[in-house]
Amino acid sequence: MTTSILLTGVGGQGTILTTKILSEGLVSLGYDVKMSEIHGMSQRGGTVNTQLKFGDKVYAPNIGRGEADIIVAFEKVEALRALPYLRKGGKIVMDEREIYSMPVLIGQQEYPHEADKVLKETVKDVVIVPASKIAEELGSVRSQNICLLGALIAALNLEGVDWEKLVASSVPPKTIDVNVAAFKAGYKAVKPN
Amino acid sequence: MKRVIMSGDEAIARGAWEAGVTVAAAYPGTPSTEILENISLYKNEIYCQWANNEKVAAEIAIGASIGGSRALCAFKHVGMNVAADPIFTVGYTGVNGGLVFVSADDPGCHSSQNEQDNRLYAPHAKLLCLEPSDSQECKDFTVAAFELSERFDIPVLIRMTTRVCHSKTLVELGEREGAAVKKYESRPSKYAMLPAFARLRHVAVEQSLLDAEEYAYSSPLNRIEMGDRSVGIITSGICYQHAREAFGDSASYLKLSITHPVSGKLVKEFCAQVDKVYIIEEGEPYLENAVRALGIDCLGKEVITKQGELDAQIVRRAFGIGDEPEIYEVGIQAPARPPVLCAGCPHRGFYLAMKKYRDRIVPLGDIGCYSLGVNPPFNGFDTCICMGSGFSMTIGMAKALEMQGDKRKVFGILGDSTFFHSGITSLIDAIHAKANVCLCLLDNSITAMTGHQQNAGTGVDLMGNEAPQIDAVKLVLAAGLDEANLRVVDPIDLKAIGAAIADAIEANGTFVIVTKRPCALLKEVIRANAGAHCVVDPDKCVGCKSCMKVACPSLAFENKKAYIADVANCNACGLCQQMCKFNAITKVGGK
Repeated sequence: MTTSILLTGVGGQGTILTTKILSEGLVSLGYDVKMSEIHGMSQRGGTVNTQLKFGDKVYAPNIGRGEADIIVAFEKVEALRALPYLRKGGKIVMDEREIYSMPVLIGQQEYPHEADKVLKETVKDVVIVPASKIAEELGSVRSQNICLLGALIAALNLEGVDWEKLVASSVPPKTIDVNVAAFKAGYKAVKPN
Repeated sequence: MKRVIMSGDEAIARGAWEAGVTVAAAYPGTPSTEILENISLYKNEIYCQWANNEKVAAEIAIGASIGGSRALCAFKHVGMNVAADPIFTVGYTGVNGGLVFVSADDPGCHSSQNEQDNRLYAPHAKLLCLEPSDSQECKDFTVAAFELSERFDIPVLIRMTTRVCHSKTLVELGEREGAAVKKYESRPSKYAMLPAFARLRHVAVEQSLLDAEEYAYSSPLNRIEMGDRSVGIITSGICYQHAREAFGDSASYLKLSITHPVSGKLVKEFCAQVDKVYIIEEGEPYLENAVRALGIDCLGKEVITKQGELDAQIVRRAFGIGDEPEIYEVGIQAPARPPVLCAGCPHRGFYLAMKKYRDRIVPLGDIGCYSLGVNPPFNGFDTCICMGSGFSMTIGMAKALEMQGDKRKVFGILGDSTFFHSGITSLIDAIHAKANVCLCLLDNSITAMTGHQQNAGTGVDLMGNEAPQIDAVKLVLAAGLDEANLRVVDPIDLKAIGAAIADAIEANGTFVIVTKRPCALLKEVIRANAGAHCVVDPDKCVGCKSCMKVACPSLAFENKKAYIADVANCNACGLCQQMCKFNAITKVGGK
């Protein structure tokens, strides 16, 4: 049995760091872990996908259409774009943050603001976490990614790792407090107690 | 033994260190860049450098190898084309210290101009070829590659693909064997490839390849995994993982790690044990041709595409196993999100100013961040072929246009790192040919697209030492450009750029525009601009959308007013301010 997680966002949102922390935690739990990221052109404001699979033994590092157990979306339309990768019965953990791409900014294409509602109607298991708002209130919108990590850990029931310690050792020293607070808030957003 | 999760690129670097490598060189190129970046972590034990191009990098490694060091050179697939000249001849000379070339291929064109399959280089240049399928193999095969290179007196090509380079998987670490340095001895008959010596070396290398094929038969690097014998799969690299994922134990596998030379004996033995043979590989029918040449019937490219990356589902579909997975479908579509020039990017000013003159010029582009200027709204150039071509193609294009009475001026566009890579020779040819063209050097003081590597113009080397800073403007003048035909301008100054472009269109003979402003993402630039951003006064904004022509990712338009939507990434470059005729935009904050 392997679990497949697709994390998707926009260049600069920190999907890669989030996946790195997640994979280190999973390695410490004794799983075989493969993480796949494609970067390069996508750093320049394009879509960034990272894929993580864990289980007793993992072969292919990448996730095909209809194969992801969970999609973690850092931005609203990126959740929509990644939808074909979700398996039937899978879960979406997403922020409702909107980041407009160039075709939207220059008026060539419309931004579908209703994407979160459409996703909720189609996929029953959608957890919306206002991670960027939470992070901003905590002091830095940049810790949105760690807030979503907290939500994902809660959604996956991944106990047995000191995630907060792992977060603290993975982020720049000056940002430890805000990131640990963001992690806690994200976790609580999914598991209030 | 310690197990850590690392990327294929990191694992190659670790393997090089464990193998006692002492010299490494490369030119950056996705997805290979992180190999040398990670080797630089061992800079006390491994001399490493960014060369100006892949040919130079390969020759640095070849010099080190013949001198007695174990040496590594890495490049992306198209970089191997640049390095091919020396590689084809070092295939004849063989090595002294082990010599390894790493090619990072990019099936799927994630960040490349083509999908070429560099396994084909191995038989052509007479190299051994190893194909790792995960990070553990990247490390282990690198160590093995140096041993094999020395044992068979052949350079080794480690062929990776993006999915191997950029996937992180578990690796058991080893220790460094100590610097492996052999004594250098002068041997012109082995290393000076004049015709008489080259003919003899050709005989020697053919024998070495036969010996290597014999070794490949029993090498522990190749592996047979017997499962159900109705199907036998021959595969290599990442495709082994896709095949295992798709077929599980319902097939048997010959996982070839040494894919040149392919052991014919091993292939025959495996195929005799199975009912039918499938070949699962990305790109060209490389293994398939090798298997067919042995007279064995097999199924491969007839059902599996040559295009793009494979995954388990493509494999399942090709061979008709399993059901198509059900997916969710909705009635709305996500708007496209193409990569764009960053907020504050100096290249934006150049393209914005050029737009006004676009119908009077034919611009030719090149490889780098500025390639993103090809997209709307800038439509900044018509062609993009390879490193350096942005300058050299202008010479031929100008002739072709002249012959059809097309009066437009041909512009060539490339960046500082590309200029040092191969734009210099193109520039010299343009000046020497008295080409009536304008060459634009967009100097942002870094190799930006691949993630900020130093280059000859930046004054720092890969190991972090200060280095002589090569002055591109002086080079241009030294090549003989008439100083009256040179403009050095700030690309964020729209008036200055516009004037330079207008002068270039009117000028006769070769004209050069150098734009100078560092990349907005450089740490020192971010620090200098900290807190600075633009603001739009909604009372003064009339909603004319002039500022939106800047196509800045920080600037948005809603309810008939422009506003700074992404204050954190706006660095007050002020291009939008220059476009506003109503003084609605001002710069605030910062130092």
